Amino acid sequence: MAEQSALKDLLFRMADDELIIAHRNSEWTGLGPILEEDIAFSSIAQDKLGQSYALYRILETLGEAPADTIAFTRDESAFRCCQLVEYPIGGYDFSLMRHFLFDTAEVLRYEMLERSSVEMLARLATKVRGEIKYHVFHAHTWIVQLGSSGSEESHARMQSALNEVYPLAFSIFEPSAFEEELIAEGIFAGENALRDRWVEALAPVLEKAGLKVPEVSDITAHYGGRRGYHTEYLQPLLNEMTEVFRIDPSAEW
Amino acid sequence: MTTPEEIWEALRDVKDPEIPTISLVDLGVVTDVWVSDDNIAHVTMTPTFVGCPAIDYMKEDVRRRLLDMPLADVDVQVNFDMQWNSNRVTEEGKKRLLEHGLAPPPAYEGILELTVLNNMECPYCGSRNTVMRSPFGPTLCRSLHYCHNCSQAFEGFKPL
Repeated sequence: MAEQSALKDLLFRMADDELIIAHRNSEWTGLGPILEEDIAFSSIAQDKLGQSYALYRILETLGEAPADTIAFTRDESAFRCCQLVEYPIGGYDFSLMRHFLFDTAEVLRYEMLERSSVEMLARLATKVRGEIKYHVFHAHTWIVQLGSSGSEESHARMQSALNEVYPLAFSIFEPSAFEEELIAEGIFAGENALRDRWVEALAPVLEKAGLKVPEVSDITAHYGGRRGYHTEYLQPLLNEMTEVFRIDPSAEW
Repeated sequence: MTTPEEIWEALRDVKDPEIPTISLVDLGVVTDVWVSDDNIAHVTMTPTFVGCPAIDYMKEDVRRRLLDMPLADVDVQVNFDMQWNSNRVTEEGKKRLLEHGLAPPPAYEGILELTVLNNMECPYCGSRNTVMRSPFGPTLCRSLHYCHNCSQAFEGFKPL
């Protein structure tokens, strides 16, 4: 069953990313800078939550606990999300840049997974990829708009957000202990392959936006999340997310 | 014994909870119907978007409608074995969306280019002199648009 541990680890990493970024995106509900953006971040949050649920459901078929139990009762150290998704929403520039960098990686990850040897995952990937296309479409529009057609201030703020978020984004590609197995079994082509494609995919958009890719001296600087080592921001998020569940686990709303 | 055809027909009575002009069959979210030897109806459904919160209501509505029929029981499953895409919306379904003031999703072949959203057909005046205001609307399956011809804001049903 070694191969199943590899698959489960991949599913936990993906599902936890979706769940935590969904929660962060939902924090813009009611606070977006304009109504359309409020709706956009809320919709993206809802999509991601649905995607995390679908991934947890696959884990359930592999013998893991039901989705609610997995989402609401694990300790911080059991979460396998990358550190990028944990950071507070910051200003809209930070959230927009994280959305751009994260979703560009996501759409490529699901594209790769459409060819996965695990049929259940491949099928879901086709579906999810179609939805994330909308997220990427949204992110690209704003990055280019604010980077190249906005004001000097909007350009400067996008560049500074890129400088801040880009190094964090490499945490997405922290390899797991199962990389070789995932690749050998044809489950997933691996984090390194994904990272290369991501760097390639960002280039034309950033160029159009007139933004410069910052130097990153150590891409491993924000690793840890995939092994359960998180930033100081994850636990407070989990406390808030699980508050109702902890008061009344059978609550329905 | 109830036939699958009779069940498909009955399912035309079950409407989308958020767009009450269109049936679940015309929306394309019912993917399979069969009746087992013990006279139990089995219906398979798939959501438009993975995170669609309406799917549980749809499931319940389907079950309730079919329990009116001479069946031993009704079993409704939701899965992604056959996936929804906007090409599954029937011609009748597109008319019903228009009736609700929603621009129907344009049919496409091969890979969907989201640039089709830039000039969706206005459901009020039929003009394509329109712009997309946001790919995200009041529900996951809708986008926001504006028509320069009749100066109306409108929503579209997203192609997927």
